[in-house]
Amino acid sequence: MKRRTVLKGLGASVATLALPHVARAESSAVRIGLILPMTGPFASTGRQIEAAVKLYMQRNGDAVAGRKLEIVLKDDTGTADVTKRLAQELIVNDKVSFLAGFGLTPLALAPAPLATQAKVPQIVMAAATSTITEASPFIVRSSFTLPQATVPLAEWAPKNGIKRVVSLVTDYGPGHDAEKAFKERFSADGGQMLSELRVPLRNPDFAPFLQRVADAKPDAVFVFVPSGVGAQLMKQFVERGLDKSGIRLIGTGDVTDDDILNDMGDVALGVITTHHYSAAHDSPENKAFVEAFRKAAGFRPNFMAVGGYDGMHLVYEALKKTNGDTAGEGLVAAMKAMAWTSPRGPVSIDPQTRDIVQNIYVRKVEKVGAELFNVEFATIPNVKDPVKAAKG
Amino acid sequence: MRDRAEALILRRARWRPAEYVFWLLAFAALVLFPDRHLILNEIAILALFAVSLDLILGYAGLVSLGHAAFFGFGAYAAGLLAKHAVAEPVIGLVAAGAGAALLGFATSFLVLRGTDLTRLMVTLGVALILGEIANQAAWLTGGADGLQGVAMDPIIGVFEFDLFGRTAYAYSLVTLFLLFVAARRLVNSPLGLSLTAIRDNPLRAAAVGVPVNPRLVAVYTVSAAYAGIAGALLAQTTQFVSLDVLDFHRSADVLLVLVIGGAGYLYGGIVGAVLFRLVQDLLAGLTPQYWHFWIGLILVVLVLMGRERMTSGVAALARAGVDRLRPGAGRATKELRP
Repeated sequence: MKRRTVLKGLGASVATLALPHVARAESSAVRIGLILPMTGPFASTGRQIEAAVKLYMQRNGDAVAGRKLEIVLKDDTGTADVTKRLAQELIVNDKVSFLAGFGLTPLALAPAPLATQAKVPQIVMAAATSTITEASPFIVRSSFTLPQATVPLAEWAPKNGIKRVVSLVTDYGPGHDAEKAFKERFSADGGQMLSELRVPLRNPDFAPFLQRVADAKPDAVFVFVPSGVGAQLMKQFVERGLDKSGIRLIGTGDVTDDDILNDMGDVALGVITTHHYSAAHDSPENKAFVEAFRKAAGFRPNFMAVGGYDGMHLVYEALKKTNGDTAGEGLVAAMKAMAWTSPRGPVSIDPQTRDIVQNIYVRKVEKVGAELFNVEFATIPNVKDPVKAAKG
Repeated sequence: MRDRAEALILRRARWRPAEYVFWLLAFAALVLFPDRHLILNEIAILALFAVSLDLILGYAGLVSLGHAAFFGFGAYAAGLLAKHAVAEPVIGLVAAGAGAALLGFATSFLVLRGTDLTRLMVTLGVALILGEIANQAAWLTGGADGLQGVAMDPIIGVFEFDLFGRTAYAYSLVTLFLLFVAARRLVNSPLGLSLTAIRDNPLRAAAVGVPVNPRLVAVYTVSAAYAGIAGALLAQTTQFVSLDVLDFHRSADVLLVLVIGGAGYLYGGIVGAVLFRLVQDLLAGLTPQYWHFWIGLILVVLVLMGRERMTSGVAALARAGVDRLRPGAGRATKELRP
């Protein structure tokens, strides 16, 4: 009896090992390896992008240039060495023609050498550190860069009576980018940085940091946190009574992420952020996108979703241009200088940096109907990533 | 009396047919599953890590919730060495193992103090401290973005790492095998037997003249070296190190692996690693969103069923194999502790 149990276990293990042989049988389809954090603290990113990718395929058909498209979804749990192994398996076993997804900066950087080695385009749909596109010539980004979203805010603040600021960022690549970009621009425009605080990426507890913000008594606190963590920050911001102390909260749009904004409640009202996408963006493309997304997924799209949606647009259009040819160099060349109207507004791919060029909007949290939205009130058109632009 | 003891020890140490089959299968996987080398490589590394924990937990009875400290230390040591000095993997492996052993030696004195609960806290604390150091020393480790730019030379100048993970798996498997053989010798030696005595009753062991603390220090150091080498293997074969190698979930996972496979019998770690990773991979492939649920369910069922059964099942299997080949010698495997 016991022996049978053990034998069964071993048999199942061997069967598991043999599985991919079956999965690999058909080869005419173009495969896209989608690696996302579907579980763990950054699962909301994965959920949004997966829904957006599905929606794009639903609206545009699952065949391009005569070839069927297939998505192979993998969960990397937000762990970089898993991302790398999955990317390697997708390239070697599933013979994917595109790698896509990548929820956080370390997760996008880890497989970059593989993309170069295997000549597979890597479409970064979420991660936002400026340097990512420099890690491999096969990386193209459909999300945004942190400095891109930050610099316009640093310009807006001094013009609107904010002179003394404390920054509070998450301690990893994008956070450092945001902190540096804000400080440089803000100081150059005559603002004063009182102090720069960094919160750990994993298991953040904002309370002690917010206390230090309260003690410094700035005009405003500039905040960057990854998508999904903003709710916790807002909650502690109110618990500490900072909302009543006259300290304004400004930040990149990650803080008032559309996905969780509505659950934050009225405490979020009036928060000023700059970002490239708001679900309340006023354009016919966006209205159609938001409506279809809500219908298909059952929740509101956020900037991660639009990154995934535009990433799929890159895949489709590149394949159209190469007529279904999946050689990596050709696909990347086809994506360069591509321009289209996304739900977020007009965008294009910078042919030099393979980064996205887009409008940045200044927004304020307001109640529209029964829901909270980031309502855009100013636009800075065609912003390139300022870090790479400065490098020339 | 002495002869009988000697005979008993020798009989325990003898290689059994099932073991030959096991290792032949492991090496045959190099040819049999050419497109699964990447996960096999991960399994081999996790197995080595579990063997390392088994040495202290299963044999010496030292509980640890922070074994990832040595794993992560080895990974960073190997990664940094390759990045800044020597990119030859075997040298890196030895250096990482030696470094982790030193760290293990130093921290073993902390672990010796107190009882199980204290030990859990101390080991956990050591891992947390190292994790935070790696996070703060971003200039050295790359912080939360991970250590970039690790490039390995071919192994002993001949075998280059390939995209398919073939070299990586062969390398990890050979390392696992050699270290396993060494560990097997260790636990069957008088030193190993004295550890078992300490585990079962430290007071009585001390009373019959076993130097308890020095023995524990020794096995803790060896175990740390093993974990460091496992970490180095991960760093070298993935050519990337992230903060995650020091994370709590590494320590928890390896404990889980050992629970699944059964502690106190070196194969437990390896069997556990194979089952854990394959089930995880299969479930994550089937339902990328909800696989945690299934893993959890399987674990609960496993514990309810009693893990003893699983290992005794393996032992029974081994015994049956022995019986078939050498009638009358079947009792030899009885010493395999479930």
